[in-house]
Amino acid sequence: MITACAVDDLPVGESVVVSGEVAIAVFNADGEFYAIDDTCTHQDASLSEGWLEGCFVECPLHAASFDLRTGIPNCLPAKKAVRTYPVVVQDGMIYVDTGRHEAVA
Amino acid sequence: MRTVAVVGASLAGLRSVQELRSQGFDGRIVVIGEEPHAPYDRPPLSKAFLSGALPAADLALSDDDFGAEWRLGVRASRLDPSSGSVFLSTGEVVRADGVVIATGGRPRTLPGTASLRGVHALRTLDDAVALRAELLPGARVVVVGAGWIGAEVASTCRSLGLDVTVVEAAAIPMERALGPVLGSLCADLHADHGVDLRLGVGVESFAHNGSRVTGVVLHDGTHLPADVVVAGIGVEPAVDWLAGSGLALDNGVLCDHGCVTSLPSVVAVGDVARYRSSRGHVRHEHWTNASEQPVVAVRNLLAGTTAETFRPSGYVWSDQYGVRLQLAGETGGADEVAVIDGSPDDRRFIAEFRRAGRPIGLLAMNNAKLFGRLRRRLTAVP
Repeated sequence: MITACAVDDLPVGESVVVSGEVAIAVFNADGEFYAIDDTCTHQDASLSEGWLEGCFVECPLHAASFDLRTGIPNCLPAKKAVRTYPVVVQDGMIYVDTGRHEAVA
Repeated sequence: MRTVAVVGASLAGLRSVQELRSQGFDGRIVVIGEEPHAPYDRPPLSKAFLSGALPAADLALSDDDFGAEWRLGVRASRLDPSSGSVFLSTGEVVRADGVVIATGGRPRTLPGTASLRGVHALRTLDDAVALRAELLPGARVVVVGAGWIGAEVASTCRSLGLDVTVVEAAAIPMERALGPVLGSLCADLHADHGVDLRLGVGVESFAHNGSRVTGVVLHDGTHLPADVVVAGIGVEPAVDWLAGSGLALDNGVLCDHGCVTSLPSVVAVGDVARYRSSRGHVRHEHWTNASEQPVVAVRNLLAGTTAETFRPSGYVWSDQYGVRLQLAGETGGADEVAVIDGSPDDRRFIAEFRRAGRPIGLLAMNNAKLFGRLRRRLTAVP
């Protein structure tokens, strides 16, 4: 479990990058927190810099869009899913459970 | 509509197949692709694939065949819209009541180089494989043309440690698209990374040893020794097979504002489509355009009429010298350009292109996050 940030530091529509074994992006999508691999599966780009719309984040470089709930892309140019991680909120802090990432094919 | 022929099996063709299925067409789809390869992604061909970092298998655009019949390695040689017939190089005739033209373009070649080894164009996977095989240690590379492809190839060759010279006939690269100040800035990227950039001078001829290029002679008399020459001098729309079809052809397939040709049963998408915009007929040679147009073109094809207007995002990207360039909207035709974030000297900024005080386009360098936000405001402008 790694600490992302305080709930108050991640307003709606914003994101933060947490460094673990790999960089993980944590998003506040309309009040729900999601954590996924920060690096786009298509090319080296930081998804935390992407455009958040509903439960989807659009890669800032080539506009591949990933479902934050599943990590699965819903359009080209990405084909592979990013990993997703459980997010735990406790005492006003956001934590990412990096031990339980969902490896999607 | 029972059968749709999609002619062209690159991004625009594949996206058309995807859209046909996702918009509910459950009839027969026949895809005709001149290259032997299933649809693959072209942008890495000048970058990660050319450098060797990305294997060919990773270029595939889809694992799905969408229940279509794929005729790959087969050329469409003629279209007869009156009978809905697409004639193929194999002798097969595909009868279709809808046709999507997605034949893209062919790179222009340098005059006098047809039989010279060592002279390359870059469009297809096979082109990239052939070029890559010659980017050997110590090779001297001359790139002709400082547009997107030329700049990316130069960048990749530098990353491989090769000596690179870029020759550009214009005094400022990409001046028409970016204006003089930002065009010059793109030129500076070459110099930043040790490329010998020759501006405002054209190619006179090629030196060779009978079979292989050995150098490039410029109009000013300069002789540039070269082991490899790459032409990045633009693309001609692939419309030769449409001669006699009755379709209006003029620097591409002429379409209306919804990518529909002079016949409602034929639409055109991607690099080959020259559609009517508010600025007259335009054609775009970019990835996002090839991905976006099929949404509208297929809707109109299935509707049998132009029900929807294509509205381009004008999104273009280029990765060169480790710098991320992104464009959106309209950058040509601006009467004012202003840097609104960062600084060109730091190679991290956003410039806004304006006409009559209204923002019409954006160029970002290494500023993806803010660019993503600003470009949405841009497209929100009517």
